[in-house]
Amino acid sequence: MAFKVKDVNAFYGEKQALKGVSFEIPAKSVTAIIGPSGCGKSTFIRCLNRMNDLVPMFSITGEILYNGTNIYSKGIDVTELRRRIGMVFQKPNPFPKSIYENAAYGLRIQGVNKRNILDKVVEGSLRKAALWDEVKDRLNSSALALSGGQQQRLCIARAIATEPEVILFDEPCSALDPIATAKIEDQITALKQYYTVVIVTHNMQQAARVSEYTGFFMMGELVEFDITRKIFTAPSNKLTEDYITGRFG
Amino acid sequence: MNRNILSKWFDNIFWVLGFIATLIGLATLIVLILDVLADGVGRLGWQFLTSYPSRRPESAGILSAWIGTIWIMALTTLLSIPLGIMAAVYLEEYSRKNWLTNLIEINIANLAGVPSIIYGLLGLGLFVRAMSLERSLISGAATLAILVLPIVILSTREALRAIPFSIREASYALGATKWQTIRHQVLPAALPGIMTGVILSMSRAVGETAPLIMIGALTYVAFLPASPISSEFPFISIQGLFDPFTVLPIQIFNWVSRPQKGFFADAAAGIIVLLIITFMMNAIAVWMRHKYQKKIRW
Repeated sequence: MAFKVKDVNAFYGEKQALKGVSFEIPAKSVTAIIGPSGCGKSTFIRCLNRMNDLVPMFSITGEILYNGTNIYSKGIDVTELRRRIGMVFQKPNPFPKSIYENAAYGLRIQGVNKRNILDKVVEGSLRKAALWDEVKDRLNSSALALSGGQQQRLCIARAIATEPEVILFDEPCSALDPIATAKIEDQITALKQYYTVVIVTHNMQQAARVSEYTGFFMMGELVEFDITRKIFTAPSNKLTEDYITGRFG
Repeated sequence: MNRNILSKWFDNIFWVLGFIATLIGLATLIVLILDVLADGVGRLGWQFLTSYPSRRPESAGILSAWIGTIWIMALTTLLSIPLGIMAAVYLEEYSRKNWLTNLIEINIANLAGVPSIIYGLLGLGLFVRAMSLERSLISGAATLAILVLPIVILSTREALRAIPFSIREASYALGATKWQTIRHQVLPAALPGIMTGVILSMSRAVGETAPLIMIGALTYVAFLPASPISSEFPFISIQGLFDPFTVLPIQIFNWVSRPQKGFFADAAAGIIVLLIITFMMNAIAVWMRHKYQKKIRW
């Protein structure tokens, strides 16, 4: 198990976004989080690398154990945690720098500046993100000149360049066209041999295609968590069934 | 139908009014510039730029004034830019939003609108008298630095605020600290905006007269401040900082108030030089904004 989530409640000011969420996320596999808009799935995934710390008025109770350590306990180095748990966001957000510098940034901030090391890592991560062949001749041109799908794959390359153990995807395809989406999904499936992957998606077909485990969230609560095949063929909860058959959401 | 004709008519009236308003502003400016050019262009030349002021208008020049202006500009930039940018980064990125920072923010916005003569009084009391810096370049520059500080802070904050949160998020998610995020992502991306604000605030400082008169800048200066480069080790001299000075607007002001006709031409020529400096600075600001806006698209 990579994560053990124990009775997590999360609040934005007075408003409760997560209610008593408890489950375990297995390592080296893809776990999908699905649910209707505003169900707390994005809030949940942002708890896993403490990105919610950046939100003013955010507070959390309960425990999230990562490899046995509560990531919300005192004395946890958040920057160190985020180096081990990478994240890819909804909207592609490359830095307004060159393709090379985007992929190298994670290492540079760790103080790695040796050209030969950076070269190797940049190439390796761009290859893993299936972007190398498209950009190898223009590594020094601006990342903002890439297409949306290429930008998102660059963000994946950027995240894996620091060799994290977990990669979190927060609706990574919602701003992309179907072809770009297919490429990203291929990436996610390929990544699970090295990494633990957690993906938030509002696209149920996507969850069915890429994940092995699925958690269904509604109104801040975890309604059901199980093997993806079981969730989509024989859900044990009526709400889950209604949702995946498209009766609401 | 009737209503339609009426609104069309109104539309035309507003078009005409707007056009006239624009024309008045533009025409006044053009007339002023042409008038100054007609008066002063004959005096422009090498002699004018390389001579000290004199009681004979035909041999007077602006050497001490434009060198003083460059000194003041350089010192004001050195003093106000680091302070202004650091203050803006603190307020925008680090400070918690509470009543104290709100109060500071409101005050900075208000300070930007305080008449410049008030800053002159402050400079006189603080730098010239209390700190005994006398009527020196450093007093003048410090006074102007305080004058433009609110503008630098406000425009820097504006530039920082324009950087989307997604960029900061991306940096934090890779394990960057707050300072790394600001240093490597936020500041470089905001730099064009910051530079534009800085240049515009400098072009305001270059034209300021009142606060410098207040702190006692001289109107007749027939010498230059000590050179910042010295022939002896360590080859840099700060002696010049404590020398008296004058600047272009003061020199112009002085000439305009003389009765002799010839000094009018000198004043006009001085105005042309000052205008060229300000126009050039503004042009650089516009050019930078334009250049980097094309490069960065979010």
